[in-house]
Formats: sequence, C-alpha cells, structure tokens
Amino acid sequence: MDDFKELIVEHIPRLRRYARSLVGNRVPADDLVQDTLERSWARQHLWRRGSDLRAWLFTIMHNIYVNQRRQYQPAAMLDDDAVEATANTRPESAMEMRDLVKALAQLVPEYREVVLLVGLEQMRYEDVAEILDVPLGTVMSRLSRGRARLRALMSGEAQPVLRRVK
Amino acid sequence: MNSNRPIEENDLQAYVDSQLDPARRAEVESHLAVHPEDAKRVQAYQHQNELLGAMLGPVLEESVPWSLRRPEFLRWSRGLRYGAMAAALVLAVMLGWYIRGTQQEELIYTTLAQQAVMAHVVYVPEVQHPVEVRADQEEHLTKWLSKRLGTPVHAPHLGTVGYELVGGRLLPGREKPAAQFMYQDARGQRLTLYISADSKDGKETAFRYAREGDVSVFYWIDASYGYALSGEIDRERLLAVAETVYHELNR
Repeated sequence: MDDFKELIVEHIPRLRRYARSLVGNRVPADDLVQDTLERSWARQHLWRRGSDLRAWLFTIMHNIYVNQRRQYQPAAMLDDDAVEATANTRPESAMEMRDLVKALAQLVPEYREVVLLVGLEQMRYEDVAEILDVPLGTVMSRLSRGRARLRALMSGEAQPVLRRVK
Repeated sequence: MNSNRPIEENDLQAYVDSQLDPARRAEVESHLAVHPEDAKRVQAYQHQNELLGAMLGPVLEESVPWSLRRPEFLRWSRGLRYGAMAAALVLAVMLGWYIRGTQQEELIYTTLAQQAVMAHVVYVPEVQHPVEVRADQEEHLTKWLSKRLGTPVHAPHLGTVGYELVGGRLLPGREKPAAQFMYQDARGQRLTLYISADSKDGKETAFRYAREGDVSVFYWIDASYGYALSGEIDRERLLAVAETVYHELNR
C-alpha cells in the first residue's frame, strides 16, 4: 500500500498546522499528528478510495483530540513561537496575534474547532460538519458564536464570565 | 436581480469565508453597504481569518520531521522510543542471569545486535538531537569516542555508497561504552553503525544478518571490535554498505 502512504504524507503539513492550532506547542501537536497517522495507517482499509482523504484524516484527528482534550491546558494553547516568527516581519500584527491566541484559548473547544477548521483550514462548512459529525446548522451557529466571542475578547469588550459558586 | 431572500447570519458568515455563489455574494454586498454594523463585523471576522493564516501559515513551510514521514513504522518506533530504555534494563538483567553457563561468544553476538538495533530505533527518528557530536567536528568526535572506548575508533567514510556521516554518540555497552555513528543519504534515509569494544578476545567472524521489525542489521566481530550496521533498507543494499564499512575499516 505504498501509494496510500504517499497520499497520506501529502497531508501531513496541514495536519500539523491544525494540530498546532489546537494544542499549541510543537511537541504535543506532533504527538497528535503521530497518533492520527498511526490510526489512519491501521485503518487504511476503511478509507473509501476516491473520497476526500483530507476530511477523513481530519476526522480521525478530531476524534483523537476529543478523547485527549482533557490533558491539554487551554492556557498553553499556541506557544509564542508562531507569533514570534511573524513579529519580526510584521510587528504591527504581533500584538493582535497575541490577543487572538489568548482569545482562542478562552473559547470552548467546540467553538474553537469550528473557527479553526473554517477560518484557518478554509474548509467548506459541509466538510466541517462531516469531520465533527454534527449537523450543518450546528457548525453555522458555533461559527457565528465563536467569531463573535473572539471579536469581543479581542476588543476587550467581553467581561470575564463569572461563575456562581454554590 | 434580487432574490428578495433576507440576508441572514449564515450569509454573512459565508461571505466572510467566500462560500457564497456570486449572485448571493452580490446581494450580501448591497446589504453591507447599508448596514455599517454588519459591515464592521464582517470585516473583523475576515481579519480574524487573515491573522490565523499569517500566524499559522509558516507551519506549512516547516520540514516534516523524519519520524512522521513513516506511518507504517510509527507504532513500532514510538513503542520502542519510550520502551527502549526500560526494555534495555530488563534485557540486561535477564541476560545477566542467562549468562551463567551460556556460551560467552554467542552472548556477545546477540547482545551486540540487540543493543545496536535498540540504539538505532531510539536515535534515528530524532530530529533535534540525532547525534551528540556532529560530523563537522569529526576530529573531535573521533578523539572523544576513542578515549571513552579506550581504544581507537573512527567513522568509516561511506560516500561511495551514498551515505554521509551525520555524527556520533557515546552509548552504554555491555561492559564498556560503545559508539554509534549515524549516516544519512540524500533522501534522508538513515543508517547507524554501532561499534562496541566489548569483544576482548573475539576472533574475526563472518557477517551475520538479523531482522527486528523493519530494521535489518548486519553484525560481525573483527579484531576485538563488535560492529553492527542497522537500517530500514533491504538486505542486499545493507549488505553492500556493510561490505564497504568492512573494507573502509580494514584499509
């Protein structure tokens, strides 16, 4: 199945980018990619030849992420490396990026995934619905709320949500 | 022509993401022209997308770590990477018991191959620190390893068979330290040569071949050194390299 391997390898950069956006640091992100590749390799017979391999791989990554989510610290979302790298070339964006990173970390994971799959990975809404295994309407409402929340957080409008302690 | 369908939230989102057909897109544009609040919001969302792209785009340009490019090898490599140290310990203890009454020479042999393969799978997937001393400091590498092994060692040159030295590292051997040299070809395929000075009174022996998972290893004893050449390439090709190593070392 060497050509399956070649097909997969082509998608690794995008899987790494999405993993990085979900968990931040390179090492745990690449571990997530590695888990995804392992599982896809073991289940390659389940992939329907000719169907969208990218969506299939992202589905696997999403499922692993959901199961492992507890071990990731939202605060550690996106280390500063990526921001630092652009700070040198586009200093004016660096501040905004830092704000965005902080805001993303405060989104609930369900919103964050939709915002990232659509905004970063430029996926079609239908594909996102398939990957996350939710109805299209759910994707749209998460997208709308996620973006509104990000915007509010970035402009400093959002007050921290205080939880009532009983 | 206007479809007279009201512009909804989903239309605005889809406008941001360029997921509207041209007709609807035009309708949204006319809507935005007279709804400045929506226009501001759409602009903010578009900017979010731009920032995400700028922030994480560079990840796509990063070279993919060697270890991720081998999906068929992953399960095994990771298991070994994390388990190798523990396994080596368990193995050492078990072999320690086994050694009593067993043929010393045979043991030297199997230990040689096992330790070499283990060191191979532990360090070959390393991206950041595959070696302790890089090939650009070869003289220092040779001096240091010779000193620690207590006998002169050097890295054979394998350029003729397409492999360049990456560097080397010091490893624990059976009784004495051992050395590992790592080589890489133009495609990034790596081989390791494990040299142990344990085989005190070893006589020269023929090449032996073993296979552990994907890793093939040729090993032999020559003039008190044990050698093991490991790689994930087919037997014939590995043999050709092993012969070059042997030839280079005996010049």
